[in-house]
This record gives sequence, C-alpha cells and structure tokens, in this order.
Amino acid sequence: MAYDAVLAETVGIRGHGDDLIEAYTARPMAPGPRGGVIVIHHMPGYDKETKEMVRRFAVLGYDAICVNLYSREAPGAAPDDAAAAARARGGVPDERFVGDAKGAARWLRGLPTSNGRVGTIGYCSGGRQAFLSGVEVDVQAAVDCYGAFVVGTPPEGFPLQVAPLADRVPELRAPLLGLFGQDDAHPSPADVDELEKLLRDNGKTYEFHRYEGAGHAFFAVNRTAYRPEAANDGWERIEAFFGRYL
Amino acid sequence: MCTYSTERIEVRRSSGKGPEGWFPLRTATVYYDHPVHAPDDHTVNIDFLAPDRGPGARVAVELSLESARELLAALQTTVERAQHH
Repeated sequence: MAYDAVLAETVGIRGHGDDLIEAYTARPMAPGPRGGVIVIHHMPGYDKETKEMVRRFAVLGYDAICVNLYSREAPGAAPDDAAAAARARGGVPDERFVGDAKGAARWLRGLPTSNGRVGTIGYCSGGRQAFLSGVEVDVQAAVDCYGAFVVGTPPEGFPLQVAPLADRVPELRAPLLGLFGQDDAHPSPADVDELEKLLRDNGKTYEFHRYEGAGHAFFAVNRTAYRPEAANDGWERIEAFFGRYL
Repeated sequence: MCTYSTERIEVRRSSGKGPEGWFPLRTATVYYDHPVHAPDDHTVNIDFLAPDRGPGARVAVELSLESARELLAALQTTVERAQHH
C-alpha cells in the first residue's frame, strides 16, 4: 500500500501588512519536493466545504493552504458571521487580498517539501481573486472557477470593493485555467467570451472550459447548484493543469 | 452566482435578539446570494448587525424570493398603517 497520510491543521501566517492571520493547511506527510496550492474561498466564507477542498489538494499530492480572508473583521467567528461582517464593511480590498496571497505563497515556499512552484485556485469571488493573484503574485498557475467581474462593470452605486480587471490582462504572468457554467449570469457566457478574447489577443497561455447545464457554484457539493458532471470534469482539468505547471 | 449585490442601511432606535439576547442594531445588509442554510441556490438574505459588539451580534434570515416578496408587502402595509396611528 502506498503511504498516503495527510496532516490538516489551522495555522497562523503573516499576511498583508505583516498581520498575523488565520489559515487552514493540509499537506501530504510523504517527502517532497512538490508544488503548493493556495485555495481562495468564496464570498460566503472560509467554511468547512472550502476546507474539504484544501484537504483534497493534499490528497492529490500538493501542500495546500487557504487563508481566512476575513481574519481581521472577525477573528474566531463562525464562517457565516465572519462573511456577514466582511460584507457589511464592503468586502475584501484587493490590495489586502494580494498581501495575504503573497503571504500564503511565502509560507508554502518556506516548507521543506516545496519545489518552489505555487498555484492558486478560487471559487466565485475567489475566482476573480485567483485571476488577480496571477497578475500580482509570483504563481506558476491560476485557476478561475466562475469568478465574476474579471471583465464587466459592477452596477452604479455598488457598495462592495470590486473593480473589473480587464485592463490587467496584459500583466497576467501565470497560465490561466477557467471553468465556467453556461447558465451563470455572473460571469455570463458573454463575459467569459470577452475574457477569452482579451487573453488570446494578449498572447496569454490559457485554457477555458464551459459546461452546459451548469450555473454558478457547480463545484459546491453542499448546494443545489452542484452539477456532478461539470464538477467531475472540472476536477480532472484542475488535476491535469496543476500537474503540468506545478 | 456570487452576485455581490448588496444594499446596506444604517439602523437606528432598533433592536434584535441573537443567541446572547437583545442588542441594539446598527446596520442591516440586504443581498441576493448563496444561502448558508436555506434550500435554494440563491436567497434574499438580511443581516442585522451591531459591528461594535463583534461578528456574533447578528440576526440573520435567508428568504426564498417568494417569501421575500411577501415580507416586502407585509412591511409596506404595516408601515403605511403605522402612519395613521
């Protein structure tokens, strides 16, 4: 039998502004070297379903970590209360997210098992942040799972701190895997087409997959949006993508 | 979708009851997004909060669109009626 032990635990890491922030990590106990994966949680928070995904990446053979992006607003709070507190304050500023993602990448590279390569993957609002990390953070692969407002403009008077990133496409420095549901409204199929055109026109390395019969959050096994066919194919694409670049 | 769609109001002279009893409310956010508990992809969610008392000072509801419409009508009726008292 192959040795398949995994360690999962909550740790404190240094994030934006050198703040001590909470993170959840899962790592294979087998010796390295191996790549690292930063999992970016969705807007509803740093919840148990996201932590399951972190453990899944460890089972796949990566050192994985998910930063609690709401550490500062609600240290120690229940994930749903933390998400509500963060939303009431306008969400997570991009600059702070980038600082936290850089801290997570630094933490992964500091592990004795690290091969120096790090990827990011984010869901929903985290999909947009995964794209942003491909621009701002030293990562070797980024996966955007149905992130809204990478292109497109939020409505007037929008209270959350979320700006489109279309003008940052030329700066993208990591290969991008995009996984999208055709029934999604944010991002809509037209938004996905627009992003793909920008990537193509700028000569970026990318791979997009669009799933019929799937909307937003089709990876979310605890929600009615779950679509096993799309999710299973998506996981295969993620495994192949990280296998290639990490 | 993570719609991000959020409305926020200041709440004055109002109270809510959370797990640790009554507390004065400061803000309410209203948004259409994934619920934590209700059995729909998206719900109309309302968080009544008192940020000065920490993230646990929260009264939360997740309403189906139909129930949210009924609540809206009930609020409208009640507020109009209150003006005549």
